[in-house]
Amino acid sequence: MEHPIPKNKTTEIISGAEAVVRALLEEGANLAYGYPGGAIMPIYDELYKYQDQLNHVLTRHEQGAIHAAQGFARVSGKVGVCLATSGPGATNLVTGIADAQIDSTPLVCITGQVASHLLGTDAFQETDVISISAPVTKWNVQVTKAEEIPAAIAKAFYIAKSGRPGPVLIDITKDAQLGQLEYNYEKCTGVRSYEPIPKTSEEAVKAAAELINSAKKPFVIFGQGVILGQAEAAFKAFVEKSGAPAAWTVLGLSALPTDHPLNVGMVGMHGHYGPNKLTNECDVLIAVGMRFDDRVTGSLHTYAKQAKVVHFEIDPAEVDKNVKANVAVLGDCKTSLEMLLPYIDTNNHDAWHNEFKKYHEEELKAVIEPQLKPTKEGLTMGEVINQVNKETNGNAVVVSDVGQHQMFTVRYANFTTTRSNVTSGGLGTMGFALPAAIGAKMGAPEREVVAFIGDGGYQMTCQELGTILQTGAAVKIVVLNNEFLGMVRQWQQLFFDKRYASTTMINPDFIKLAEAYDIKAAKVVKREDLAAAVKEMIASKESYFLEVMIEKEDNVFPMVPTGACVSEVRLS
Amino acid sequence: MEEQVFTISVYTENNPGLLNRIATIFLKRHINIESLNVSRSEIENVHRFTIVARMTETNVKKLVGQIEKQIEVIKAYYHTDDEIIFHETALYKMASNLLFEQREIQNVIKNSSANIVTVHPDFFVIEKTGRRKDTEALHDQLAPYGIMQFVRSGRISISKTEMKISEKLKNF
Ligand SMILES: Cc1ncc(C[n+]2csc(CCOP(=O)(O)OP(=O)(O)O)c2C)c(N)n1
Repeated sequence: MEHPIPKNKTTEIISGAEAVVRALLEEGANLAYGYPGGAIMPIYDELYKYQDQLNHVLTRHEQGAIHAAQGFARVSGKVGVCLATSGPGATNLVTGIADAQIDSTPLVCITGQVASHLLGTDAFQETDVISISAPVTKWNVQVTKAEEIPAAIAKAFYIAKSGRPGPVLIDITKDAQLGQLEYNYEKCTGVRSYEPIPKTSEEAVKAAAELINSAKKPFVIFGQGVILGQAEAAFKAFVEKSGAPAAWTVLGLSALPTDHPLNVGMVGMHGHYGPNKLTNECDVLIAVGMRFDDRVTGSLHTYAKQAKVVHFEIDPAEVDKNVKANVAVLGDCKTSLEMLLPYIDTNNHDAWHNEFKKYHEEELKAVIEPQLKPTKEGLTMGEVINQVNKETNGNAVVVSDVGQHQMFTVRYANFTTTRSNVTSGGLGTMGFALPAAIGAKMGAPEREVVAFIGDGGYQMTCQELGTILQTGAAVKIVVLNNEFLGMVRQWQQLFFDKRYASTTMINPDFIKLAEAYDIKAAKVVKREDLAAAVKEMIASKESYFLEVMIEKEDNVFPMVPTGACVSEVRLS
Repeated sequence: MEEQVFTISVYTENNPGLLNRIATIFLKRHINIESLNVSRSEIENVHRFTIVARMTETNVKKLVGQIEKQIEVIKAYYHTDDEIIFHETALYKMASNLLFEQREIQNVIKNSSANIVTVHPDFFVIEKTGRRKDTEALHDQLAPYGIMQFVRSGRISISKTEMKISEKLKNF
């Protein structure tokens, strides 16, 4: 049955629940992830009626729903939508909300709530989700009257996607869903107490240019701000003109192609050797859309103390939060970088680049070659990822979970296209990858989506194989199986005298598990079978599961130990 | 940097959830709220939080940044004591017989420029507005007579310089 949205703005009387669905459609959301239950049933009833226009994907757990919405948002740049019932449904969303908050992912989460007359009575499945989610949402609101629904949803979308994006939550009581309202939808174009994008000052831009032009050893670190601000082209133009070496944070990855000559690699705990060492030798540090997370900076007392810092940032609260800026350029970095470009002198800094090259040579010998061309018998994570690079030419969306394989993935996966690296950066949520990959595939159906997952994290959300079965989402799943909670084991080896407390894993038969969900599956144990298996996986038009047995006690290097100085980065 | 007392003034929209959000910002950083007052402001439908807490200036700057980041916060400021006019109000409940049997208590009240706000057959209530040390001094003077109940409000304050909220609201 068709329910076209009436074009003329004459009001009609509809239910609150119908208003929810209509409002989602008005905001261009025709895909939502969720899980039904008592307090949200009126909305599900409307989703049934509107199923031709709004595709609701039933996941197998609310955490799966929200991570899928995150994956969708990360690759598409649109707002991800997820729905859950009150009580346990709502609390199951919390991990994903916190993840989206710290990684600035635009989400609208809608939860059902008990009827308003029951609020505060400890009613069945009543949870104060507004209080629980307050510290991890950009904004949240409880709606208790049907007529408040359209404005609340309009405001939610506006807040989620404007400025520095983030998750918002709308909690709707059952009586508000059942109540009637005169429906009239108006998009939100502003909230009076909220300034999404601070104005970029011409003075600051000029001051930044002056510092950058005066630099002998400029060093750029870019974060997800470049991607969120759709500033990739402006950023590339700036880097090329200034000739400054540019390194990325985990979330900045893919904003500049991996093989770009000025791309010198990753900063931070498992970042590349040169970028970490030379952070403490550059004379001007240019931070673009990044927030100096502790995994990036190591000890702040010894972080880039010799450098003048220029910080391009949309969120005023990030300026001087961890690292003091000599010049802060507020605003959207597309705008500010475009304003900056004409003031920048053309330069190449060859001698400075050579210092990066020297460190790179060392890292190649000590770390990268043993990963990619191992002489030991056991397979390495790096060679598996590299094999996927060869088959996809770096054009895939690459999703990773959390642990050693995540660090190997961001270090070794190649990227040609922006918005292609999907991983839980700030929160480090194990279990993120499988549902996020499902969302990513739906956000970019024409693209190859490959997820690298550890044997530990995979078992946190592998129930979402059911979602793949039901939707046919053609994701390629690679479980890198070291039969350990590898990253924790690495720390136990390095800092706890190899006391492997609760990190060994006895795993199920992952092949049987995949096959139980009707997903084609293969397992690689020997190096000579790897290339063919990866080829077959990438060639598959449908979802595919590949398990690769990995050298059990391999470690991720380089490494800046927690609390150490970035230039104390270790190669082994 | 040294810790000192700051008075943080937050102008907000009327949203019951904000108190929670603002309190969390302090809690997360282990900063104790010494006093908190919420009232209307000079602008219709705009609320004003007055929060007193002790920390370094570096931290108060970051904290105010996090408060301002909340969607429904219009603007937040921090001030040191010499930048504001501020008061607290204290109420002291005492037994009525003291008024007649312990005459010197009347002098205590008069000399501290406190007011008697109500007298009942059994008790009377003294109100004193001023700085912390003034309400504290009166407390110490009354204590020997037996204070039945004591309560003190949060600090309220007015800044000497303009905060320009109306202008800010127009610019949004
Ligand atoms: C939900 C959650 N719980 C615990 C952790 C702590 N943690 C970080 S990495 C890791 C081990 C991951 O093991 P696995 O998924 O097998 O990946 P590997 O490190 O072996 O590649 C753990 C337990 C986490 N990040 N997330």
